Amino acid sequence: MLYFANWKIALIIAVSLLGIWFAAPNFSPLPGQTVNLGLDLQGGSHLVFEVDLPGVRAERLDGLSQEATVLFRQQPAIPTAANAVIGDEVVVRVARAEDMNEAYNRIQSLSRPIGDGSMGLAGVAGRTVAFNRDDSERTIRLSLTDAAMIDIRDRTIAQSIEVIRRRIDASGTTEPTIARQGDERILVQVPGESNPQRIIELVGTTARMTFHLVRSDVAVGANGQGRTPPGVMILQQDDLSEPYIAVERRAMVSGENLTYAGSSFQDGQAVVEFRFDTTGAAAFGRVTSQNVGRRFAVVLDDIVISSPRILGPILGGSGIITGNFTFESAYDLAVLLQAGALPAELTVVEQRSVGPGLGQDSINKGTFAVVTGFIAVMVFMLAAYSLFGVFSNLALMLNVMLILGALSGLQATLTLPGIAGIILTIGMAVDANVLIYERIREESRNGRTPANAIEKGYSEALSAILDANITTLIAAGVLYMLGAGPVRGFAVTLGIGIITSVFTAFVFSRLLVAMWVKGLKPKKLPI
Amino acid sequence: MSLALTQYFPDSTSIPFIKARFAAFGFSILMIVASIAAFFAMGLNFGIDFTGGVTLEVRTEAEIDAARIDEMRGVLGNLGLGAIELQGLSELTEGSECYGSHCALIRVQPQGGEGLEAEVAQQEANLAVQAALTGLYPDIEYRSVQVLGPKVSGELVEAGIMSIVIALVLMLVYIWFRFEWQYSVGAVLALVHDVIITIGMFSVTQLEFNLSTIAAILTIVGYSMNDTVVVYDRIREKIRKFKKKNLDEVLNLAINMTLSRTILTSFTTLVALFSLWLLGGAALQGFAFAMIFGIVIGTYSSIFVAAPLLLLTNVKRETSES
Repeated sequence: MLYFANWKIALIIAVSLLGIWFAAPNFSPLPGQTVNLGLDLQGGSHLVFEVDLPGVRAERLDGLSQEATVLFRQQPAIPTAANAVIGDEVVVRVARAEDMNEAYNRIQSLSRPIGDGSMGLAGVAGRTVAFNRDDSERTIRLSLTDAAMIDIRDRTIAQSIEVIRRRIDASGTTEPTIARQGDERILVQVPGESNPQRIIELVGTTARMTFHLVRSDVAVGANGQGRTPPGVMILQQDDLSEPYIAVERRAMVSGENLTYAGSSFQDGQAVVEFRFDTTGAAAFGRVTSQNVGRRFAVVLDDIVISSPRILGPILGGSGIITGNFTFESAYDLAVLLQAGALPAELTVVEQRSVGPGLGQDSINKGTFAVVTGFIAVMVFMLAAYSLFGVFSNLALMLNVMLILGALSGLQATLTLPGIAGIILTIGMAVDANVLIYERIREESRNGRTPANAIEKGYSEALSAILDANITTLIAAGVLYMLGAGPVRGFAVTLGIGIITSVFTAFVFSRLLVAMWVKGLKPKKLPI
Repeated sequence: MSLALTQYFPDSTSIPFIKARFAAFGFSILMIVASIAAFFAMGLNFGIDFTGGVTLEVRTEAEIDAARIDEMRGVLGNLGLGAIELQGLSELTEGSECYGSHCALIRVQPQGGEGLEAEVAQQEANLAVQAALTGLYPDIEYRSVQVLGPKVSGELVEAGIMSIVIALVLMLVYIWFRFEWQYSVGAVLALVHDVIITIGMFSVTQLEFNLSTIAAILTIVGYSMNDTVVVYDRIREKIRKFKKKNLDEVLNLAINMTLSRTILTSFTTLVALFSLWLLGGAALQGFAFAMIFGIVIGTYSSIFVAAPLLLLTNVKRETSES
C-alpha cells in the first residue's frame, strides 16, 4: 500500500494538476470554462410547457371523420346515417346493410403506415388507424392506434420545439435552453430574464392566423349572440366599438401561406407587414378581386385582430395588418407569424424565476458557508490528528479543487442545493481519512511498526471506504434520476464529491504519507 | 520535532452498547409511534413543490414593517384567491439586498379547477398578485416567483416517495450482495427507522417539507448506511476472528472499535452542516436542519438499532469459511 511505482506517482500528480487546471479559470484570470451557474444562482426563468395532446388527438379524429365523408361521397356514393367523433373514436354508420363491405374497404385508405421506422421505438412500426366493424349495428369505429398516438406526440413536440426556438431566437433572447422534458412537456430556460411574462406569451401563443370574409348580413348581438347560418361563426374582436363579428367559417387564406412577416410604422401607427407565397397570393388575389367593397377579418387564435374593407384587388400577395398594436406587440406578432403556428396549444405548468439580486445573495452566502465549513473541518482535523491532519487537509483542499474542476470541465450546472452538496461532501470526505487513521492507531497500539501500521491501516480500511461511498453514491444516483430542477444539482455535486474524495482521501493522502515514511523513517506515529 | 499525540478518545472503550439494546429498542419504537401519530394528527407543512400554487419573494426600497404587511394583506385579500400567507423576512447579513426588513415572502394557496384550467388558474393568480402589488408599491421588485400547477406538484410528490423507496431497495440489494441477508435486513430496518423519525420531526416542528427535504432524507439514508456499513464491516471481520465468543460480545467489541471513527466523522459532518445552517441563508436552512437531525439519528441507529438487530436476525457465524 505504501509502495508507489513511478508511473503511479506521475499519474496521481497528473490527475491532480488536471483538476486544478480545469478549476483555475474560476478564481484566476486563466482562460477556460468556469462553473456553469444554475438559474437560481445567476437569475433567470425556468418554464415548463405542456403540449395539449388531447386537443391534437381530437383534431386528428375530426380530420378522419371529414376524410371519411369525402370517401363516401365518391361515386357510387354510400349513404351514411351517422359520422361523428364520439369520445376517442369516429363512429360511422352506413344507411344500408349491403354497403358495409364497400364502406369498410373504402375507408381502409385512411390508415397509413407510420413513419420510416426511424422513430426507434419498438412497436411503433404499424398503421395509424384501427377499424372496428360491427355488421349488426352497421357501424365502423375508427380509432387512432397507440403507435399513431406516439408518432403524433413525438412529431408535435419536435415541431413545437422548432417553432419555439425560431420565436425565441427572433425575439433577441440570449442563450435560451429549449428541450423536451418527459413525454409531453417542453422546458424553456432563459438565463438573466427574471420577468418571463413576455416569453410566456411568445411561447404560449398558438399563432394560428387565418383570413376570413366578414358576413355583415348576419346580425350579431352585443354579447355575441345571434343566429348563425351554416358556414358562419361569430368571433370576438379586439376592438371595443365592435366586440363581436360574424365571419365565414371557411378561411380565404391561412398563415401557413405566409413567407414573410415584419413590423413597421405607417402613419405613426405600428403595423405588421406580410407577404404570401404563390398559392397564398393567388387565393388572396382571387377572393379580393371578387369581393371589392366587403370586409375581411384577420383572425389570430380565434380572435379577430382587425377587419379592414377590401378597397381593391390585392394581387401582389403582400399587405399590412393594422390593429391595436404598440410597436412591441406588432414586433412580437411579426415574430410569431414568421416562426409559424404551433401544432398544438401549450400551457405553462411550472414557472420558477429568480431575480439577479436573490441569485447574488445566494452565491455570497453559499460561498461564505463553504469557506467557513471548510476551515472549521480543517481546524478540527488538525487538532485531532496533528501531522496526519495536515495530510488529510491537503487532500481536502485538492478535493475541493477537483470538484470545482470537474464541474467546470463537465459543464455541469451548479445550483444552490449544489453548494449544499459541496459543503456536505467536505464534511463527509474526511470520513475515509478518519477510518484509515483510526485503524492505523489501532494497529499501532497492537505493536506494529509505523510503516507496518500505516500499511495495515490503509488496506484494512479499504473495503469499508468503498462500501460506504458506494451506498452514498447510490443515494445520489437515485436523486439524480428522480429529482427535479435544482435538487438535481445537489445530486451532481454530491456524486462528483464522493468520487473525488475517494481519490484524494485514499490515493492522494496515501502518497503523501508514503513520501513522509520514506523520507523521515519515523520511529513513532504522531497520530 | 515534537509531535503531539492528540487523542480525544481512550485507546479502547468497552461501553456495553448491546446490553442497552432493549432500552434503545423501546426508545426507537416510541419515537416511531410518536412520528407516525404526529404525521396523521398534524400532517406535514408541504411547500409549494408538493402543493402547487404561487410563491413570491418581494423587496421594496422602504422597510416592510408590520403596517406594510397589513397593507399588502388587505390588497391581496380582496383578490379572491383564497388563503394568502405573508411573512416579513429579516436578514442579518450586511450587504445582502434584504438586510434590515426589506423583503417579504408571499404564499398563495393552490387555485382550484379541472385539468388545464387549474394550470391556467395558477398563472392568473400570479399575474393578479403582481398587478396588485405593483399598483401598491411601484418600486416593488420580485426576487423570486414560483408558480406550480397541480400536475407538476402531484408528480413531484410521486417522484419523492418513489425515490426514497427505490433508494431503500437498492441499499437492501447492495448490502445483501456485499454481506449476508441478515445484515441487509438490519441495515434497511435502521434506515426505515431514520426516515420515519425524520419525517416525524418535520411533522412536529411543522417546518416546510419540500424538494430539498427529500434530498436531505436521501442523503441521510446514504449517510446512515455509510455508518452502518462501517460497523458491519468490523462485525464481519471480528465474527470470523473470534469464533468462540458470544455474538453479543463480538457486536459490542466491533461497535466500540469503530466508535471513535463514528463520532469523529459525525462531528466533522455536523461542523460543515452547522456552517450551512447558520450562514447558508433561508433557502438552505430547512435542508441543513434536516441533515443535522438525520446525522444524529443515523449515527444513533447504526449503533443502537442496526448492530443489535443482527442478534435478532441470527447472523451466520461461518461466513465464507467453507
